[in-house]
Amino acid sequence: MDQLLQHLINALILGGTYALLGIGLTMIFGIMNVVNFTHGELYTFGAYMLFFVVMVLGLNFFVSLAVAVVLGIILGAAIEFTLLRPIRGANIDTTMLVMIGAWIVMQNSEQWIWSGIAKSVSTPFPSDPLVFGPISVSYYRVFVFAAAILLIVGAHMLIHRTKLGKAMRATFQDSDTAALMGININRIYTATFALGSGLAAAAGALLAPVFVVTPTMGNIAALKAFAIVILGGLGNFKGATIGGFILALVEEFGAGYISSGYRDAMGFLLIIAVLLFRPTGLFKQAERIG
Amino acid sequence: MNRALGLGFLAFLVSIPFWIGDQYLLHILINAGIFVIGAMSLNLLLGYTGQLSLGHVAFFGIGAYTSALLSLGFDVTTFWGGELVVGPQPVWLSFLAGIVLAGLAGWFIGRISFKVRGAYFVIITISFAEVTKLVALNWVDLTEGPMALISIPPFSVSIPGIWEATFYGKTPNYYIMLAIGVVSYIVIKRLVNSRLGRAMVALRENEPLAMSVGIDVTRYLVLAAVVSAAIAGAAGGLYTHYVRIVDPDVFLFIYTVTMVIMVITGGKGTLAGPIVGGIIFGVLPEILREFMGPEAQWVTYGAVMIAIVMFLPEGIVPALTRFWERRKESRDASDRMITGRAASSATETPSE
Amino acid sequence: MSDSTSANALSVDHVAVHFGGLVAIADMTFSVDRGEVVSLIGPNGAGKTTAFNVVTGFLQPTKGTVTYQGRQVNGLKPHQIADLGLVRTFQKTSVFDTNTVFDNILIGLHRRGQRSAWEVLLSLPRVRREEEELRAKAWDILEFVGLDRQANSLGGALAYGEQRLLEVAVALAAEPSLLLLDEPVSGMNPSETSSFMDLLAKMRERHITMLLVEHDMRMVMGVSDRIVVLNDGHIIAEGSPESIQNNPEVIKAYLGEGAEHVGN
Repeated sequence: MDQLLQHLINALILGGTYALLGIGLTMIFGIMNVVNFTHGELYTFGAYMLFFVVMVLGLNFFVSLAVAVVLGIILGAAIEFTLLRPIRGANIDTTMLVMIGAWIVMQNSEQWIWSGIAKSVSTPFPSDPLVFGPISVSYYRVFVFAAAILLIVGAHMLIHRTKLGKAMRATFQDSDTAALMGININRIYTATFALGSGLAAAAGALLAPVFVVTPTMGNIAALKAFAIVILGGLGNFKGATIGGFILALVEEFGAGYISSGYRDAMGFLLIIAVLLFRPTGLFKQAERIG
Repeated sequence: MNRALGLGFLAFLVSIPFWIGDQYLLHILINAGIFVIGAMSLNLLLGYTGQLSLGHVAFFGIGAYTSALLSLGFDVTTFWGGELVVGPQPVWLSFLAGIVLAGLAGWFIGRISFKVRGAYFVIITISFAEVTKLVALNWVDLTEGPMALISIPPFSVSIPGIWEATFYGKTPNYYIMLAIGVVSYIVIKRLVNSRLGRAMVALRENEPLAMSVGIDVTRYLVLAAVVSAAIAGAAGGLYTHYVRIVDPDVFLFIYTVTMVIMVITGGKGTLAGPIVGGIIFGVLPEILREFMGPEAQWVTYGAVMIAIVMFLPEGIVPALTRFWERRKESRDASDRMITGRAASSATETPSE
Repeated sequence: MSDSTSANALSVDHVAVHFGGLVAIADMTFSVDRGEVVSLIGPNGAGKTTAFNVVTGFLQPTKGTVTYQGRQVNGLKPHQIADLGLVRTFQKTSVFDTNTVFDNILIGLHRRGQRSAWEVLLSLPRVRREEEELRAKAWDILEFVGLDRQANSLGGALAYGEQRLLEVAVALAAEPSLLLLDEPVSGMNPSETSSFMDLLAKMRERHITMLLVEHDMRMVMGVSDRIVVLNDGHIIAEGSPESIQNNPEVIKAYLGEGAEHVGN
C-alpha cells in the first residue's frame, strides 16, 4: 500500500513533465501538420542552455530557467523560419524528412560543441527529500511538477484567452478559411512552432538537474512525446495532457511491478495497443484535422 | 542501354577484389554493401508504396539476432516454465531462418500498422523498432543483452563428411555480400515491374482510385512489407556472420535514418536509387574521415538530407535520367530538323 | 457478364447516411437494371456523391442495404465491390499523375491479372504471357477511348478533358458490369462534352450498364434511359427524361437553388 502510494506520487510528478513535452508536440502537429522530429533536440537544447547559464555563467537558477526557455523559443522560431517556411504546403512526409535531417544536424552539433561527457546541474533546493510518512519526494521534483503544471495552464490560457490563441485555433480548424479572414498564417505557424519548442526546452531545462545532460538525452524524450501525442490523439491538447499522465502511470507501475528493464518499452507497447484498438487516440472528441 | 550499364557495373563490382589490394577498403565495401541491401529493401516500402517506415532497422536486427542465435545454439526458459534448448545449427539454415522470421515480423507489423497512415504509421514503426531493441537489451538469457553475442560462426559451405570451407576472409565475404545483393535486386526488380508492383505504386499515387479498380490496399502493402523485411533480415544475417558479433546497437534508430538518407538521396522509387545513394553514403564516411570528426560528418549528412529533400526531392537518379533524356530528346529533335520531320511529334513532348 | 436472373442489377434499398447529427441521405431507394443508363441528378448537396460512396463501399450506410446481382454489397470493402464489377470514377479528376497514360490503364487492368507473388518472383513464362495480354488489352482500351496517341504522356500532364477521358478508360479497364460516373463532363467545354457523349454511346453499344451523376442537363437528357432526382437526401422523382423535365417538384427543387446553377 505504501509502495503503491509512492508509485502514484512518482507517476504524478513524472506525468507533469511528460504532459509538458506532449502538448508542445501535439500543438505543432495539430496546427501545422508537421511531425516534429526536432522536439527532443529542443528538450536537449533547453537542458544545455540551463547548464550553460547556471554552471558556466553562474547566473541565478530561476533566471537561468527563464533564459533557457526564451532561447528555446528563439531557436524554434529560427527552425520554422529557415526550414519549414520554404516548404509550406509540402506533404507530411517531406516535412518529416526535413525535420529528421534537422534532428541529425542538431544532435551532432550538440555532441560536437559539448562533447559526449554528461553534465550535471545543481539547484538551490535542499538535497534531502520531503518526507510524508512512508512517502518521500525531493523538493526539486515538487518544484518541477509545480512549474510544469503552471506552464501547461499558461499554454492553455494562451490558446483560449488571447488573440494569438484565437488565431491559432482558427488556423487549426481550417487554415484556408483563417487566411481568408485576414489571419497571417505564416506568423501563426512561426508562433506555434516557437511556443511548442519553448515548452520542450522548458521540460529539458526543468529535468536537467534531475538527470544528467547528454547530447542524446532528447531521443528517448522525443519518442515518449510521440507516444503521449498518439495516446491523446494527434493535435489534441487535452488528450496530450492526460496522455502524459497515463504514460507516466503505466511506466511507473510497469517498472515497479513487471520489469524495470522494460520501463521504456511500456509506452511503445501502449501506443501499439492504442493504435490497434482506437487508432484516433483514447479521446474521441479530438478535433479532427484535415 | 540500361541493361548493359547494369551488367558493366556488376562486372566492375566482381573485379574489385582482384585489384583493390588493401583489405581494409574491401571491408568498407562490404559494410557499404550491407547498407545498400538494407536501403534497397527500405526503398520497396518508402519508394514504391510510399510508406515512410522508420522502424526498418528492426527487421535487420531480427535477421541478425535470429541467424546469430541459431548458429550459436541457445537455451532459454520459456514463459510457460519449460526449457527450450536448441543446438548450433548450420549457418546457411540459420541465415534462412533469419530471413523467414524477419519476413514474418514484416507481415505482423504490416497487418497491424497499415490500418493507420501518415504520422501514425511512422510512429508505430519507430515504436516497434524501439521495442525490439529493448527486448534485445533486456532478455539477457537469450541475447546476452549489452554483453553482445560473440564468436558467431562465419558463412561456410560443406559437403558433409567430405569437404568444408569456412569463410573468414574479406574476399569470400565480399562475394557473398554481392550475391545476396544481386538476388535482392532481382527480387525487387521483378516485383516492382509486375502487376503487383504497379498496384503498389498505384496505392502510393492515388489510394482511392486504386481501390476503385479493385486493388486490395492491405494485401499489397503487407506484401511489400514482407518482402522488404525479409531482405532487410538477409542483410542482418549477412552482417552477423561477417562481423561475427551482434549487440542491441544494431537496432539504433540512426541506422534506419542512414538507410532513409541513402534512399532519398539516390532517388526513392527507382531501382538504382538506393544503390547510388548507398554507395555514396557508404563510402563517403571513409573519405571524410581524414577531414572531419564523426559529429561533423553527421552534421553534413543531415544538412545534405535537408538540401536533397528541399531542392532535389526526387533524388539523384531521376534527375540524371531526366537530364539524359532531355539531351537525347534535343539531339533527336535537331536530327529531325535536319530531315524535316519535326512537326509531327512536337505536340507530344510532355510538359513540365 | 453474369447471367443473374434478377432484372435489377443494382438495388439501393432504404439507405440512410448520417454524419454525426447531419443527415446526408434520409431515405433512398432506387434500382438500376442491366443494360440501362440511369442518371442521378439533384441540386448541389443533395447527396449524389454520398450515394456513390455508399454503393462503392467508400462509405458505410447508417441504415439500409445495397445489393448487386443479388449479393449484398454494403459491408464489403471498395476493392471487393470493384471485384463484383461495380466500378466508379470520382467527381474531382483522379488519375495516376506520375504514371504514363499507358501505365494508368495497366493499373486499371489489375483485376484481369492472376499471377501470384511467387510466380512473379520466379519469373515464370506465364507471368510474361499474362503481361503481354494485359498490354494488348491496354492498347485496345486506349484506342477505344481515343487516347492511344498520348500513351506515353504522364497522366498529370494531359489536358483537362483528356484526363477525364483517361479516368473513364481506367475504370473501363477494370471491366465494369456497372460503371458509376461521377460528373464526368463537369468542367469540360462543349466540344469535349459532345465527344464524351459519343464515347458514352459507344459504351452503350457494348451493353455497359451505367449510373451517372451529372449536372449537364443536355447530356443527362440525351443519354439516360431513366432519371432519379434527389433533393435534400430524399428521392423526389423518378422516370423517363421527358417526365422529369415536366415534373413540377423537380422544377421547384432546381429553381429553389437559385439562378447560379442554371447558368452552369
